[in-house]
Amino acid sequence: MSSKLSIFKTGSIDIAPLLIPVIPFGIIFGAIGIELGFSPLMTYATSLIIFGGASQIVFIQLLSGGASSLVAITSVGVINSRHFLYGAVLTEYLEKLSLIKKLLISYLITDQTFAVSNKFFKSKHVKKNKHYHLLGAGITLWTTWQVTTIIGILLGSIVPEEWGLKFAIPLTFLAIIINEFRKLDHVLVMLISGISSLIFFDVPFKAYIVITPFIGLFSALIIIKIKENQ
Amino acid sequence: MSWLSVIIAGLITYFTRFSMITFVNGKMLNKKVRLVLSYVPSTVFPAIIFPAVFFNDYGNLVDASDPKIFGILAAIIIGYFSKNIIATIISGLIVYWIFIF
Repeated sequence: MSSKLSIFKTGSIDIAPLLIPVIPFGIIFGAIGIELGFSPLMTYATSLIIFGGASQIVFIQLLSGGASSLVAITSVGVINSRHFLYGAVLTEYLEKLSLIKKLLISYLITDQTFAVSNKFFKSKHVKKNKHYHLLGAGITLWTTWQVTTIIGILLGSIVPEEWGLKFAIPLTFLAIIINEFRKLDHVLVMLISGISSLIFFDVPFKAYIVITPFIGLFSALIIIKIKENQ
Repeated sequence: MSWLSVIIAGLITYFTRFSMITFVNGKMLNKKVRLVLSYVPSTVFPAIIFPAVFFNDYGNLVDASDPKIFGILAAIIIGYFSKNIIATIISGLIVYWIFIF
């Protein structure tokens, strides 16, 4: 059975467990947008136009902290550069689609949809209409993100500032990379990057957020080299 | 001005999504580039976490007894052992709230 609808449904079901952290994340994002002084419309627009949770938080945090637009935009690009990786892996499963369909389905590529659909694509059972899995997972995730952003925006005007909701920002990012804490090389890159961000914090336009990834990725390159030579 | 930033940031993000699928064969990204890209989260997110925890609103270093330090330590410990995203965030917030109230 490989009807389009059933594959679509499989995608929606497969992504369901991964929505559990997305829901509070979306609410936190919406609420923080309001707390940092952005209009409800602008906060929501980032969810529609950028549609990348972590990068959206960084974007509004930097702009509200006085970063230049160039720095804020660049950091969004750096954070979302991981999509190149996902696209490079998914392309072989999507190559038969028309250009228009490729362009439309690309909008739905995220950490979560990549994780579940790549797993599905690798399974050999389904030959035709595989991409409906990505559509099902993607549309489900997209809807969840849009709705939770709006809930957060509504709550943001209620939550008092004394609650220190801003502290949810570093906690959320910590949660995203918590699994890498078991890998020594990643922990090393984290420490180097963290310390570098403190050192370069006072560089104008909040440029530390662009400088740090260069230092971090350069140290990652050195670590990779050392590991290769061992 | 901010609207233009949102749109440009959106276009760049969209580019990261479609470029590998439409323009090029994914094989163009060689193994080394892929390996380096896999470190992106480990370098970008600490650059947000460290200043948010170690600096106050005025850009000065906080005390070692700052509620944020206790909050982040609790989140690291709970997160490391539970491997659970929600438990990580909630534990950090709760410990933070215990110290600020």
